[in-house]
Amino acid sequence: MENRQRLQKKDGPKAPDPTVPQTKAKPRLLLMGQRRSGKSSISSVVFHKLPPSETLFLESTARIQKDSLNSFMEFQVWDFPGQIDIFDNPNFTFDMDAIFGEIGALIWVIDAQDDYLEAVARLNTTILHLQRGYPHINIEVFIHKVDGLSDDYRLDIQRDVTIRIQDELSDQGLENAPVNFHLTSIYNHSIFEAFSKVIQKLIPRLGQLEAMLTNLCRTCRFEKAYLFDVNTKIYIATDSTPEDMASYEICSDYVDVIIDFTEVYGSWPRSQQWRDRLEGEPWSQPLDDQVACEWAESGMVLAEARRPIMLREVDRFLALVAIMKEGSYEKMPQINMNVDVVVKGLTEFFEITKNKDVVAAPGPGEVASPPLAQG
Amino acid sequence: MSDFETAGASTAAVPVAGVAGDSVAHAQLKKVKKQKVLLMGKSGSGKSSMRSIIFSNYLARDTRRLGATIDIDLSHVKFLGNLTLNLWDCGGQEAFMENYLSQQRAHVFSNVGVLIYVFDIESRDVERDLATYVNIISALVQYSREAKVFVLIHKMDLIQPTTREETFERRAAVVRRKTAEAVGIMHKQKPEQLQPPPPVDIDLQLFATSIWDQSLYKAWASIIHDLVPNLSIIETQLTSLGIAIDADEILLFERTSFLVVSKWTSREGERNPYGDRFERMSNILKSWKHTCSKYTGTPRNAEQFSDFEYKMGATFSMFATKFTTNTYILVCMPPGEARFNSAKLNVAAARPWFKFLDGPVVPPAGQGQMFVGTPTTGYGGEAGVGLSEG
Repeated sequence: MENRQRLQKKDGPKAPDPTVPQTKAKPRLLLMGQRRSGKSSISSVVFHKLPPSETLFLESTARIQKDSLNSFMEFQVWDFPGQIDIFDNPNFTFDMDAIFGEIGALIWVIDAQDDYLEAVARLNTTILHLQRGYPHINIEVFIHKVDGLSDDYRLDIQRDVTIRIQDELSDQGLENAPVNFHLTSIYNHSIFEAFSKVIQKLIPRLGQLEAMLTNLCRTCRFEKAYLFDVNTKIYIATDSTPEDMASYEICSDYVDVIIDFTEVYGSWPRSQQWRDRLEGEPWSQPLDDQVACEWAESGMVLAEARRPIMLREVDRFLALVAIMKEGSYEKMPQINMNVDVVVKGLTEFFEITKNKDVVAAPGPGEVASPPLAQG
Repeated sequence: MSDFETAGASTAAVPVAGVAGDSVAHAQLKKVKKQKVLLMGKSGSGKSSMRSIIFSNYLARDTRRLGATIDIDLSHVKFLGNLTLNLWDCGGQEAFMENYLSQQRAHVFSNVGVLIYVFDIESRDVERDLATYVNIISALVQYSREAKVFVLIHKMDLIQPTTREETFERRAAVVRRKTAEAVGIMHKQKPEQLQPPPPVDIDLQLFATSIWDQSLYKAWASIIHDLVPNLSIIETQLTSLGIAIDADEILLFERTSFLVVSKWTSREGERNPYGDRFERMSNILKSWKHTCSKYTGTPRNAEQFSDFEYKMGATFSMFATKFTTNTYILVCMPPGEARFNSAKLNVAAARPWFKFLDGPVVPPAGQGQMFVGTPTTGYGGEAGVGLSEG
């Protein structure tokens, strides 16, 4: 929050700030939509961990808010004030290249509980503008605030919005524009899932990541595995089994549990006496050598069917979370070894894709071909 | 196993036995407590909502479905094996309130162990709320002088975060003053009754609460804390367990509500800057339980997980496990595989020590299976948790 406010002050009235370094490898997410549609709430909840109930107190955004998101990839999130129409502004001409020049996604937020005709009309003009000048930008429509609406009603709205946009676009001679629709709410996991989908499209070599996870699932008999960005709970890859919201929810909540435990018990420094005592007799070993794994690892057995869930940190930003088949808790040591191998592969993968030149990434099979023990 | 049981019994008896001898100790251990708990406050202040969250595993947002409580909603909450809460959720509409204070006065206010009074911070008519509160306190002092009073200033989430503390303090001061006034009035009315003037200075505790965060757990854990029978025994045993397994912190949770029943913290653990961690743990585990129930499709109140472990590199390790029938235990400890594995084994070995938590296991005559033979001397605990070096 403080961060946001500081940014707001710093940006000054003449947005966008031309001094922002325009590095190539920073995909950009642009949040746009009518005022009060929930853009700032979304970015606060997803990127700043604001409890959804506290978004009530957020003030209206007056200037473009720029956040940069440091994770496995660096993202920029730009939150646009709803009252400004960047394509038709009498007072100020926006530098379109500065806004849309980077590869990224435009997230258009529509308030489903409000009259959305105007929002749809503005979205249409925006899409037409973008398709002409910047066709590489993915357009993602968040039909937002759908909590409290019945399932049927949600789908009705989605259908209606989709048809209105497609009709308008095809009237203008634009078929098959890259527009995707998501039903979202900040009060449940849907907003994180939607962001996951948006971000996955921006990850180079996603297929490779998915192949590694699929392989791991097959070898270790996992039901489902997710690779999470821990800070935002966005999943950046999953295995190839069909997606289901329920397993995403439980895995994402598990990440939350671990984050909370880590904060309470792991974020403050222990005293030297404590360390000395633990490293002294009878262990006589530095603490680092007393542990098996330097990263966080965790497991939980659900009472029903004794199905375990496991989590393993990959690096500072990423964690692997998987739901295992029932009764496989006893095989944990073997599974851990396999997970270790995959984690090593993942680390290599991100080392390589971090190089800005995507072409230099290895072809299939070069990264993720560690031998896995059959579990 | 029987070794452990004997050891457990003698340990259990030690703290009390020192004062009054074995028979008394047993009698105390056996006693099944029933506590009358009154939950009162104006209509719509959130009494039933918090009750549902704490004892029936509702999610905060599910409480919107609850309707107004009509008259008194009586429920018996089994909390640990040997404590039953007689929870009187008193509908807060004015007609009911008047009724409690007049016709039902003796019925409602006698034998009360705890009064929980809920104020809605957003209420428009504060004066009137306070007037009702004073009447309730007067009635309570009249019939149950020993009762403890917990005042919850509720719905704090509706106040801007920056002004919450100030708003709470201001309201708390008013409530304290009013409580003193109410007690004062009762003093003045008493003299002609030829009784010694009541020594009352009401035991009053105030909490700022909201169903949307952990503050609710803090308040309820304090309420519960004073009611738990054999608390000193639990604490002594947790201490010896903690020292034996070299833990930094041990928390004992009740199974359904996940309120912290008892806790032990090492000297190093005391340095933890998170003072609110106990209620936070309750909140985290409870919402995790909810996630599990949603995923597995099992009932909300069913047991959702049995074992949990988390090793965070060379920083710390922790595990939580089903402990006795009615409790979960959470142990936070220094890192190290060997230390971790032996602690897990030792916690499992210590289970019989805490069997009395599941009471009433002991038949009245003290011949239950738990007390095999007469506990003699010595502190049997050490044997029970001798560190098994992994």
